[in-house]
Amino acid sequence: MFPADLKYTKDHEWLKPMGDGTALVGITHYAQDALGDVVFVDLPEAGEAFGTGEEFGTVESVKTVSELNMPSEAEILEVNAALADHPEAVNEDPYGKGWMVKVRLKGALAADLMDAKAYEALVSAESH
Amino acid sequence: MSTVAAELKKTPLNAAHRALNAKMVDFGGWDMPVQYPAGILAEHEAVRTKAGLFDVSHMGEIRVKGPGALALVEHLTPNAVSKLAIGQVHYTAFLYENGTFVDDLLVYREGEQEFLLVVNAGNSDKDFAWVQQHAKGFDCTVVNESPATGQIALQGPLSVGILQPLTKTPLEPIGYYFFTHGEVAGIKCLISRTGYTGEDGFELYCAADDTEKLWNAVMAAGTPKGLLPAGLGCRNTLRLECKMALYGHEIDDTIHALEAGLAWIVKLDKGDFIGRDALLAAKAAPAPRKLVGFKTLEKRDIARDHMPVVQDGKQVGFVTSAAPSPTCGINLGLAYVPTEQAKVGGRIQIEIRGRAVDAEIIPTPFYKRQK
Repeated sequence: MFPADLKYTKDHEWLKPMGDGTALVGITHYAQDALGDVVFVDLPEAGEAFGTGEEFGTVESVKTVSELNMPSEAEILEVNAALADHPEAVNEDPYGKGWMVKVRLKGALAADLMDAKAYEALVSAESH
Repeated sequence: MSTVAAELKKTPLNAAHRALNAKMVDFGGWDMPVQYPAGILAEHEAVRTKAGLFDVSHMGEIRVKGPGALALVEHLTPNAVSKLAIGQVHYTAFLYENGTFVDDLLVYREGEQEFLLVVNAGNSDKDFAWVQQHAKGFDCTVVNESPATGQIALQGPLSVGILQPLTKTPLEPIGYYFFTHGEVAGIKCLISRTGYTGEDGFELYCAADDTEKLWNAVMAAGTPKGLLPAGLGCRNTLRLECKMALYGHEIDDTIHALEAGLAWIVKLDKGDFIGRDALLAAKAAPAPRKLVGFKTLEKRDIARDHMPVVQDGKQVGFVTSAAPSPTCGINLGLAYVPTEQAKVGGRIQIEIRGRAVDAEIIPTPFYKRQK
């Protein structure tokens, strides 16, 4: 539920540093569970740049919509095109096939990103 | 558990929902299942193709009985109560003097002078007070049976096949919007062929203490046939596809019965009822707005409840309910728009998070079952 190699935001996005200045970004298991069945993911174009916390897309479920916020300043390299036909991957595999964008990080990682332990504590507090 | 959750009202099935790992939400002050682990899409499809079982025990029940009961219910509601046969149900409303909605409800005719009124959970206390307040001078009793009553709704094309083995009451002869009394799984029930999904099905009313036993019996009978427990999430998408009104969305105390597209429950020639004068006047004048069905044209444009309908940057109407439609595969909604824009095939614009997007007005209901 909380992979140790990821960084987390308080808005329930995850960021996976790949070690070469790039990273993958998606939403957490907790986030997909709260949204329910995902039916559409609206993503930006490659080349667009976003500051830390800036909205870069939306994820729509049957019952609601949620903004996607960039965990750390970055430029979009690639979006997960498979989500156009298979948005349910976000529910089924949020840390794998449900990834949303691949980015090139700019500068240092945002200071308020959490490790798995801190994020687990946040989720635990929110669900009680 | 948070302190807020502890204050929510619970139906007799609360423990059953938790045992099924339902996701619970605050629905009008009630702790209700929005979905079970299968999810809204699977539950929605089960109701359309097999069957789903809903807990609707939160609904309110008010019994009106006595020599003046027919006259009181006629006074309180716009539909023609005297036309109901004993054992028949109809959809109707409580209206204010100005024709807007106190609530919508079902009226069950239990006897010549006995009626069961089934109202929305969130309006139940207001409705009971409304009926009591107007009952003065009518020779009848008004009893709030809500706390003593449980209700479950079995909905979907396999409903008869699932329920019949549990009861000696022949189900097939019960017509749509008729009811009878009988035993289901040994439990005394009011068996009503009604629902809020657009599918065949039954709503079963029983004593609150018997509800869990009834739920378990229907679940056990239906599960091998594909029955799923179904939450409020799919109840909303199912009713939206059929353009069934939801209080607080298509109808409320600012919208009158004619503009809501509910002229079919308003029998202006039946004699006096609360709201009749206002609706007569509204009928004589051109209607400024109308409830229409729409679809957005792009997959990414998903309208949601209460978003504005705009024209040239100004708000001219509002979305009442909207969602991606699981059955139709398009993004649907209902909206109040100016009458001159309310033609099928016409275009309107909806403001979605600051962006005006195109939508086309399409015929309703969006979904109709094959009979």
